[in-house]
Amino acid sequence: MNQLEGRSSTADLLEQAINGKRRAQGQLLTLIERGGFAADEVTELLHHYTQSRAHNSTLAGARCHAAVVGFTGAPGCGKSTLVGCLVAKITQEAGVGRSPAVLAVDPSSPLTGGAILGDRIRMEENVPAARSDGTDRTANAAVGGGAFIRSMATRGHAGGLALAVPAALRLFEACGYGPLIVETAGVGQVEVDVTRTADTTVVIVAPGMGDAVQANKSGLLEVADVLVVNKSDRPGAEDARRDLEHMLDLGHMTGLTGQWRPKVIMTTATEGTGADQVINAVQAHREHLEHAGQLEARREARIHQEVRDRVSQCLETAAEYHLGTKPDPLAAALKERITPAAAAAAISQHLLASDMPA
Amino acid sequence: MLSPMYLAATSNKPLSDSSHQPASHQESASHQASVQSQNQPPIRVVLAKLGLDGHDRGLKVVARMLRDASMEVIYLGLRQTTESVIAAVEQEDADVIGLSMHNAGHLALAPRILQALRDAGLDVPVVIGGIVPESDIATLTEMGISAVLHPGSSAVEVAEAVRGSLGEQPVGK
Ligand SMILES: Nc1nc2c(ncn2[C@@H]2O[C@H](COP(=O)(O)OP(=O)(O)O)[C@@H](O)[C@H]2O)c(=O)[nH]1
Ligand SMILES: [Mg+2]
Repeated sequence: MNQLEGRSSTADLLEQAINGKRRAQGQLLTLIERGGFAADEVTELLHHYTQSRAHNSTLAGARCHAAVVGFTGAPGCGKSTLVGCLVAKITQEAGVGRSPAVLAVDPSSPLTGGAILGDRIRMEENVPAARSDGTDRTANAAVGGGAFIRSMATRGHAGGLALAVPAALRLFEACGYGPLIVETAGVGQVEVDVTRTADTTVVIVAPGMGDAVQANKSGLLEVADVLVVNKSDRPGAEDARRDLEHMLDLGHMTGLTGQWRPKVIMTTATEGTGADQVINAVQAHREHLEHAGQLEARREARIHQEVRDRVSQCLETAAEYHLGTKPDPLAAALKERITPAAAAAAISQHLLASDMPA
Repeated sequence: MLSPMYLAATSNKPLSDSSHQPASHQESASHQASVQSQNQPPIRVVLAKLGLDGHDRGLKVVARMLRDASMEVIYLGLRQTTESVIAAVEQEDADVIGLSMHNAGHLALAPRILQALRDAGLDVPVVIGGIVPESDIATLTEMGISAVLHPGSSAVEVAEAVRGSLGEQPVGK
């Protein structure tokens, strides 16, 4: 087990996590969420672990990646309820023994930084009991079975979320979970970006409220691989479906793959109706990606985005720090001796010319 | 200027190495923290009601109080069992457990959750809310419950009970 040499408490935690200790998995997610040194240490150790596991594997080179499925849509459209149904179905699938992991992102209050994270309760609600050994409705698959649910607040700091999500997914994968599910409210750009980089992105709309049109305007439909009209028990569901099909006809949705036309699926998550079709559509999309050789492209897009996010964060931090030292061009701009643009150009030039480690 | 900052943002050095970093590195790290205005990660509280009875109005009020005190509340709601609470605490890595019990079951339920926590190797403080007779409070704190809150507790009292269970001083002291 030399992949975990140079032991620290983080390495111990990682070993426990990989051996299935949920407590340790939860603690590592906290480190990842906090960002900074501790988070980077986790990702680095994880990387060494997965590298050496792939190396030792008899199927060297054939490293299997867990499927990453993103669920997004306006707050209240039923994402968590639907994810709860899907998780229960996947967990109950006879003999397959798959353990999904869910990362459920909810917004922090911009005023206090606090948050009420209500995805977990929705996921555990309305799920048919997995076992018949109790009357208590929480004795369902999502709790008692192999699934792992982690709620994450945006913490008013979009850049942090963009870095934490891929790191958390890698931890889940190393611990043997799959498929990996990410729920985000389709509001902020970062949240949309987070789901965009999934292998398959499911966009959910609810009838009424002009959800379908809104989803189109906000760019959500462009990233959809599967479309769901949830709350199909409500009036207007059929209209929403027609709206979506129209927008598909008009080619408003291009997607990464071009030739893929998203299916529109009607669901009533509170009753579990349509959940099977969603699972089938996600599966069909994944097969399409495989046949089209696009799975690798998606994986690369994900890494590309992560590197870009990290570069942006580094540059931003460097800029903040440098500006804090009140450099001459800033002082000149403050006195209106040069334009802000000229000051920015001089400062950027200085930053980029500095001896950055390669 | 750029280099130490760059390192601070990208270094993969384990935490334990940070004591060996040059002073400028330390400075930039603390500066980075203030840039992110995230000196202290929020306290995470799992909030649940044990047992089969009741409504969740009070629990929702408490959830809002804790959110407004800058905490992250993982809201489990009604009809939770010790198992479902423990599972949530592990997966969510909660710092504190807030439990409401309204059907006078506290003397039976409190030892059960405390035992379940010990069995799971979890050292997470438990704060109880509900109608608890004055005479039972000492019994509960002796068995290891961190604090007992009455239904009429103010937002400040609720937040301070949670912070206090972690050994933190009241805000502003
Ligand atoms: N009528 C109806 N209500 C639903 C359905 N799915 C979810 N809901 C309700 O919509 C509300 C929001 O659901 P939630 O899953 O939390 O939405 P999210 O914010 O998108 O995650 C809850 O009260 C659900 O019970 C559905 O198919 N039909
Ligand atoms: Mg939700």
